[in-house]
This record gives sequence, C-alpha cells and structure tokens, in this order.
Amino acid sequence: MENNLEQAFQAKIDREEKIEPKDWMPEAYRKTLIRQISQHAHSEIVGMLPEGNWITRAPSLRRKVALMAKVQDEAGHGLYLYSACETLGINRDTLYEQLHDGTAKYSSIFNYPTLTWADIGAIGWLVDGAAIMNQVPLCRCSYGPYARAMVRVCKEESFHQRQGFEILLTLSKGSDEQKNMLQDAVNRWWWPSVMMFGPSDKDSPHTARSMNWKIKRFTNDELRQKFVDVCYEQAKVLNVKLPDEDIKWNEERGHYDFGAIDWDEFWQVVKGNGPCNKQRVAARKKAWDDGAWVREAALAHSNKRSERLKNKKVA
Amino acid sequence: MDNNWPLWEVFIRSKSGLHHKHVGSLHAVDAEMAIQNARDVYTRRSEGVSIWVVASSNITASNPENGEALFDPANDKVYRHPTFYNLPDELKHI
Amino acid sequence: MNYKLNYILHLADNALILGHRLSEWCGHGPVLEQDMALTNIALDLVGQSRSLYQLAASIQDEGKTEDDLAYFRDVIDFKNVLLVEQENGDFAQTILRQFLFDAYNFHLYQKLLKSSDKQLSAIAEKSLKEITYHLRWSSEWVIRLGDGTEESNRRINEAIEALWPYAGELFIPATYELEAVKEGLGVDSASLKELWSTEIKNVFDEANLEVPEESWVQKGGKNGIHTEKLGFLLAEMQFLQRAYPGQEW
Repeated sequence: MENNLEQAFQAKIDREEKIEPKDWMPEAYRKTLIRQISQHAHSEIVGMLPEGNWITRAPSLRRKVALMAKVQDEAGHGLYLYSACETLGINRDTLYEQLHDGTAKYSSIFNYPTLTWADIGAIGWLVDGAAIMNQVPLCRCSYGPYARAMVRVCKEESFHQRQGFEILLTLSKGSDEQKNMLQDAVNRWWWPSVMMFGPSDKDSPHTARSMNWKIKRFTNDELRQKFVDVCYEQAKVLNVKLPDEDIKWNEERGHYDFGAIDWDEFWQVVKGNGPCNKQRVAARKKAWDDGAWVREAALAHSNKRSERLKNKKVA
Repeated sequence: MDNNWPLWEVFIRSKSGLHHKHVGSLHAVDAEMAIQNARDVYTRRSEGVSIWVVASSNITASNPENGEALFDPANDKVYRHPTFYNLPDELKHI
Repeated sequence: MNYKLNYILHLADNALILGHRLSEWCGHGPVLEQDMALTNIALDLVGQSRSLYQLAASIQDEGKTEDDLAYFRDVIDFKNVLLVEQENGDFAQTILRQFLFDAYNFHLYQKLLKSSDKQLSAIAEKSLKEITYHLRWSSEWVIRLGDGTEESNRRINEAIEALWPYAGELFIPATYELEAVKEGLGVDSASLKELWSTEIKNVFDEANLEVPEESWVQKGGKNGIHTEKLGFLLAEMQFLQRAYPGQEW
C-alpha cells in the first residue's frame, strides 16, 4: 500500500503537478520540507538583525525609508514562509523554539557583522543576489504552498538587490574614503556569499533525493557557479576587485574558475562559531521572551471580550 | 497556558470586480486584528481593495482521497460548456 | 517668515523623531505581525517628515535639502515635543507614547486641512489617512494592554506614570505656533486639548485605566530645550553625514 502511494506521489511530481497540504506525502518529504522551509524562514528573520543595525544610522532619509521597507519585507517573507511551513502540521511557536534552542539552522551569512554603511550595499548586492539565485527556482518547487510563498518573495525581493547595488554604485563614485569602504565590504562579504550555496555537491548527501522531489531544482555547485559568473561582470561596473586571486575566465567551460573555498570556516560558522552566532540567536530570543507578556495580554483581552459578548447575548 | 495566537486565512480582492483570492495566512487574536495584520502583511504594495479573513479552524476542505468521486464525474459532462453546441457561423450575438 | 519655517520644522521634527524611535523596533517586535505594523507606522512618519522638510527647505530658500535639515541641525535646533523623543522602553511604553501622540496628531492634522498654505494642507490630507490608522492601532493596543492580564495592566500603568508629564507640552503653544495661527497657517494647539482629553478618556475607560490628575508638565522641546535622550538619538542618526560631510550616499 505504502509503496503504491509512494509511486503515485513520485509520478505526480514527475508530471510537474503540485503537492498540496492534504495530499498524501512520504514522511521524509514532509520532514525535509519542514526543515528546508523553516530554515529559510529563520534566515529571513535573523537576516533582519544585521541590516536593522543600520536603520538608525542610514545616511539620508531616502536611504532610511528604503532600508526600513527592505527589512520589513524580510519580516514579511519570514511570515509567508512560516505560514507555508504551518500547512505541514507544525506551528510557528514550535519553529521558533527550534531556532532559539539551536536545533534549527539559518543561513550562516547572517552571522557576519555589518560594520560600515557599505555592508548594507554589499548585503543587497551579494547576499540578496545569491538568495535570489537560490529562490527563483523554488517558485517551481513541488510543494504548492512553498512555491506560492516563493513567488511572492521573489516578486518583492527584486527591489532589494537593486537597492544594494545602487548604494555601492554611489560609493564607487564618491570620495576615497567611500571607495575604501566599498572595497572593504566586498572583501569581507564575498567569500561568505559564495559559501551561501552550501556544501559542495559531493558533500551534500540529500541533494539527489531533494532534486527527485523537486524541492531543489539545481545543485549547490551549479548555482554557485552561476553566481560567480554574474558577479564578476557586475563587479566591473562598481570598479571593485573580488578578493580571489584565482578567479579567471575558463574558455573551455564557458565559466569563471575561482579559488578554493575555506570549508573549515564554513563548518565552524555552521557549528556556531561565527563572529555573531550567539548575538543573533540571543537577540531573537530576547525579542520573543520580552514579547511573551504582550502576546498573552492580547489573547486574554480577546477572550474577555468574546466572553462579555456572549453574556450580553444571553442576557 | 497555550499562548499561540490563532491562525487566519487571508483573501484579498485586488481590484473591484474581481473575486477575493487566497493569499496566505497569519496569526491574530481576533478577526479585527487579523484584518489589520493582513493589511500590514499582504497589502504593502497596494495589492488590494478589500480583505476577508477566516479562522483557519473554520475551513472545511474536501478530502483529496475523494478527489476522483468528487471531480471526475464532471469530466464527461461537456454539454455544460458552450463549445458543445454546433451552430452556424452566420449566427451572430449568441 | 521665520514663524512659518519654525512651524513646519516643528511638525517635521515630531514626525521624524517618533518615526526614528519606532524604527528601533524593527526586528525586535513581540510578534512578527506587529513588528511589521510598527515599521509601517515608522515608514509613514518618516515619509511625512520628508514632505515637511522639503516644504521647510523651500520656505527657507537657501538651497538646502531635506537631509540638510534632518542631519545638520543640533539638539537646540530641533523643535519636536519631548514626548516623541522618549525611549521605547517596553511595548507598553511605546504604545502609550504612540497613543498620546496619535490622539493629538489626529485632531491637529484634521485642522491643518484648512491651513492657508496649500502645500501644507495637501501634506495634511495625505498624512491624515495614515494618522487615522495609527490612532486606531494604538487605541486598540492600549485597550488590550489595559484590559489584558494583570502584568500588562501594571506595565501600561507604569507607562502612564512615566509619560504623562510629557503630554501637557502638546497644548502649550510656542510663539511660532501662535503666529502661525494668526496667519491662518497653523492650528492653536491649546484648542486641541479638549478633543484630545475626550479621546484619551474614552479609550482609557474601555481599557480600565484611570486618567491621571493634572500635574507638573515637562516642556521645552518646541523651543529646543530637550531631554538628554535626544542628543544620543541625533548622534546615532547623524553620524555618517557628520563624519564624512559633503558626500553623496
């Protein structure tokens, strides 16, 4: 029986039909999706922190409103994704607990600090650029609610990368100090961004299964290569150097070759030893804990009110 | 005490004359707050002119396992579609 | 002419400083949906301040921009009321500050619709839609917190105690306000007190909260005499423009 169901399920996916919440699905599919979607949602929410850092220091009112709107979008994206995750039978509070106690992961990139204003531009250009590359294929993911959430996310995300690039472009045309700021930010954000696509395919044991299930549509290395190719050209517009001596065009492959990734750093940050891991989780946990009485009060008031309404009707 | 705020499904009419369409869900303590949250979450880019919210717990969905019994019988009822009827080309306004 | 500039700057500073304070919540709200609501209000307010600074710059006619006015004036030049520069504190404090101000701002902007200055009344018309929503949002939260749990009731009462002394300043007109009234540009803020008090009373009644007795009023903000908190806010906000003056960002 189970076998038949599983075959029918896979056949449906192979036909590019969507799986919807009430459809039968293998337990492993459900679990993998919960992990992937919640990790994605957590990344949006934790990602608000490094950028939120600069809302109060944005250098013009125009930049200030744009940054606020962007960080707010990330809250929205987190919310769409948590909602998609909830259709799989797990509630948002439980997902938060997993974030707070460290059992759930989020994108390691947000464990790096934002030190200057140029970092806000670099995040927009590189981090959002990498994220978009990851996310666009997910709009066609086999799980309906996730795919629909991603369509919304991608539609809104397009302004983020443009905003980041515009910040950097302005710096590139500015004073020497501003140009230094720009190069410094690119130096610090380049490699972590390249690592955002995750471990190399040979160290990514679940990739094949996820691709079969169409909850992943390209491998980590394929996406990473695409990212490097695109960024190399864009860096020229900004007049910055990517901090990689080995990056050069490979005629045969039709792609840019690039230097070795420091996988030791990657795994250290994943394990919790990045520059800001502890601060990020602590900030999220604090917001949640400090908000407990607020959530409780709103619920208590709503209960009181419906109680009063009921009594009125009876009377 | 369970402090989870209830889940609501959000439907938005993008402009007058169109159906409300499901756009996603959110948490709120009551219907009024759900409407306001929906406004802040789902209409930040002028996506709507009207919002419906329904407590998710109040939605009854058809069971996909009954899909064949529910939906396949309609497949061969082509006479419900206008193209089923052959009429001469000269005939206008019909 | 000076009164006109000062009056517009006063309105602009109120909006910017409160918007800035609210933006500090972004990413730290008690629940995701309300995080977004807080940021929406912050965006409205900073947006309003931009329109007002642009108007002020055109009145001033010295070729300055909105950013010159926001980033290159010091504490003694800012004309916002003390209430809006007070720190966020806990959620109750933020909500109460918002409510006390929204209730005032709502009636103020309604009257500004009739300002003799066409540009100002146009800004008022757009802003009023936003402020109407802010007032509804903050009123509902005051009621939820007042009539919620024991803890929320205690916290909102603490917020009332902390912020009430700053409310009175709203209704003590500065000289530039009085002149603006004479010229038909502005609104007599003293005349808004009754409307405001009724608004507060209605919401407090529903929230099981007592309206405090009239007491000593902390004032000065409208004339550039602020609490110590504003200096830190400006230091943070203006840092980049001050550290690298004359650059494009």
